[in-house]
Amino acid sequence: MQFEIREHTPLAFLLAVPLVAVLCSMLLASLLILWAGQSPLQGFALIFEGAFGSSFAITETLAKTTPLIFTGLAAAIAFKAKFWNIGGEGQLYCGALAITWLGTGMIDLPPILMIPFLILIGMIAGAAILMLPVFLKNKLKVDEVVTTLLLNFIILLFVGYCLEGPLKDPMSLGWPQAEPIVDSGVFPALIERSRLHIGLIFALLAAVVTWAIFRFTLWGFEIRAQGLNAVAARHAGINSNWTILKVALLSGGLAGLAGVSEVAGLKGYLTLDISPGYGYTGIAVAMLANLHPLGVVLSALFLASIFVGADFMGRSIGVPNFIADIMVACSVLCILIGLLLCKYKIRFNFSSKVAN
Amino acid sequence: MQLSGCPFYYSIKKTAMPILEIENISKSFASVVANKEISLSLDQGEILALLGENGAGKTTLMNILFGQYRADSGQIKAWGKVLPANSTDAALKAGIGMVHQHFTLAENMTVLENVMLGTQSLFALRSNTTGARRKIENICRDMGLTIALDQLVADLSIGEKQRVEILKALYRDAKILILDEPTAVLIPQEVEGLFKMLRKMQKSGLSVIIISHKLDEVLAISQNIVVLRQGERVAHVATASVDRDALAELIVGKKVIQPTIHELPPGEPILQLKQVNLFHDAKGKYRLKNINLTLRAKQIIGIAGVSGNGQRELAEVISGVQKISSGSFEIQQQDCRKKSIKQLTKLQVARIPEDRHSAGIVGEMSVWENLMLEDLGSAPCWSRGIWIKSSAAKERAAQLIEKFDIRCANMQMPAKLLSGGNIQKLILARNLQLLPKLVLANQPVRGLDEGAISFVHQQLIDAKVSGSGILLISEDLDELLRLSDFVQVMHNGELSRAYPRDELTPKLLGILMSGGKITAATDHTLTDTDSALADTGS
Repeated sequence: MQFEIREHTPLAFLLAVPLVAVLCSMLLASLLILWAGQSPLQGFALIFEGAFGSSFAITETLAKTTPLIFTGLAAAIAFKAKFWNIGGEGQLYCGALAITWLGTGMIDLPPILMIPFLILIGMIAGAAILMLPVFLKNKLKVDEVVTTLLLNFIILLFVGYCLEGPLKDPMSLGWPQAEPIVDSGVFPALIERSRLHIGLIFALLAAVVTWAIFRFTLWGFEIRAQGLNAVAARHAGINSNWTILKVALLSGGLAGLAGVSEVAGLKGYLTLDISPGYGYTGIAVAMLANLHPLGVVLSALFLASIFVGADFMGRSIGVPNFIADIMVACSVLCILIGLLLCKYKIRFNFSSKVAN
Repeated sequence: MQLSGCPFYYSIKKTAMPILEIENISKSFASVVANKEISLSLDQGEILALLGENGAGKTTLMNILFGQYRADSGQIKAWGKVLPANSTDAALKAGIGMVHQHFTLAENMTVLENVMLGTQSLFALRSNTTGARRKIENICRDMGLTIALDQLVADLSIGEKQRVEILKALYRDAKILILDEPTAVLIPQEVEGLFKMLRKMQKSGLSVIIISHKLDEVLAISQNIVVLRQGERVAHVATASVDRDALAELIVGKKVIQPTIHELPPGEPILQLKQVNLFHDAKGKYRLKNINLTLRAKQIIGIAGVSGNGQRELAEVISGVQKISSGSFEIQQQDCRKKSIKQLTKLQVARIPEDRHSAGIVGEMSVWENLMLEDLGSAPCWSRGIWIKSSAAKERAAQLIEKFDIRCANMQMPAKLLSGGNIQKLILARNLQLLPKLVLANQPVRGLDEGAISFVHQQLIDAKVSGSGILLISEDLDELLRLSDFVQVMHNGELSRAYPRDELTPKLLGILMSGGKITAATDHTLTDTDSALADTGS
């Protein structure tokens, strides 16, 4: 078996890769559903019904899509510059913590100012915490994978401390949760009596802005050049430290925004479980989208629907909803294989076995 | 592999039939035909030269011969028997040894250990160094190789490292030696030593295939020449029956016109380095020591030197990648010691980087995007504030592609798919279109074919005529002596004085490059050896 580099990849091939990857992951998941003693067709029908079957299902899916778009964009931007920010989860909690600190009564503005203020604060917090790994990387060449990943746990423990101590809501009956965000800061709902809030609009806006940055600006050009060939970028006068700093500010800011949207939009107050690993899932979202900002929206929607739908399936026929995680993992692996096949062609040499 | 106790190993029995026959080998990669129906044969004791431009298929053919690629069709016979395809093992067993252009030696081991590496069973309890040492000593004596077996490879010169590579092949009982561009890294004196050795090997029955693009050397050493062009064999001739010009025409397929050189009165100083030092980060050693250099407008200064003597550091300092430790560094009378790469670009410094693939282009990006890379710092025509005006950028790219004859299917294709020559044209295009004051050309034609070389040289000469000062760093002595007004030689991080071109010959450069000094005596003896060489060559 040999790999040969493709000279060009047909566009149809590139578009087919995510679809085929999803199909493969469904195929693998159907084996597991079979194992659980249910019909895969029924299982997938239930997943679909759970994700899109009613207006409630759709709003739930979109509500879950929102943070995944933010963290997916955060990962996609950073990975484009080959800055491996694995700390989306921590940055998300930083954003959430910052607006809890300032937005639960310390500062109160009219809604038209309060919401942008909270967004700004959350972004600054998410970006600020990422400055430490950036500093360590740029000055001391410390690998950012390690620092960003480990910071997640530090931040999570710190949030835990805050919720048990200084930020604990006295009215919470002992639960580790913070006071609710002031009314003027709560994101209005998009649809009455649903959990879907305007955070989704912000997320879509963020995706478009990010796409425009990469497509139309010098800065996006520099980030792409830096990510694709750091040596050539350096020789062309692109300051890699600056580029990484700017990328980190944007990436951390978007991850922080995910925290803002969850606290101010979905839940109303900070708890330790506002994110079931959105920061990490964002990496899968970004990979599935091949780091394309607009693709992130689609892949976030796909992942959210799998998660929401699998929950429904679990409740209906008792197939464990862990299947969602397996499907997500499979589709990411499949897409990585697919992208490899976009770059290389496999050639089988059956004759060589005979000769040997 | 077993050690043989035979003391005179290379008393190979002479045979009349060809010992190696390559029959109708074809190989293509995707749509590119690398080898098309190539046949050749090699007799015992023959030195065969394989000539061709970059991408003509020489390396592919040798890789097929050595079992690293599988041919699409055709077969190879060694000693009359068909060699199984795609098996390096079989090639080694048939006595085929390959010396690659880039050495594959373990620097932290001795010569002896390097030669023995991989030849002993993993389950042997102790290595048989005495037997190996005796065998190597015998080979060295038979072949006239001199080398200290217990020296660390890291301490060897380039020429000595090459000898170790050859020794490795001979130790594995190679009877057919393939040398890939063996003289590319050697100074003229070392080339002479290598050729002496090859002739001795030839006498004891070894056959050699030598891949090269240096015509004079090929004419001096080989008996037969095979020329490949675009994957096809275009000639298989006796060396005695061709001359340099005929050979050059065979290789390129048309007459190559060398650009004419213009003597111009130099202008004002562009680049001035005074007593520049660059210290090593850790050890406190010098990487550049007391460099003095003045480059004027309308002047080309060549920097010669064996690679690794500080040329890279010098280039990095002038392009702004490295900051100097002490001394003064001025471009157009402006202090540039602390200037960033972008600021230097604004001072109209153009750079042609040494490694064009890794430092010159972003391979995944399209051709038109790569054409924008250099002028990021200079508020170019294709930008408005932070926005890229892609239509303007593409329009300019189209102009550059036409003006510099960059051959690409379209400007959207990724730059990595361009050929080496076209990549270099792309880099030249985006650098020279800014009408730079200073052009830093580091190995600008390394690995390019004749056509591309003369194009690059023409561009450099045009830049000189239009008023640029050009610093040409090269390991190609012919190039240096043809283009430069003055040549300075780097050795161990130090730079010699500027020698006018007329005062220099390749021989003299060789002495300077190996750290020697030119005196009246060496001058004299050199002219003698020169004429002696000319005698043997003709």
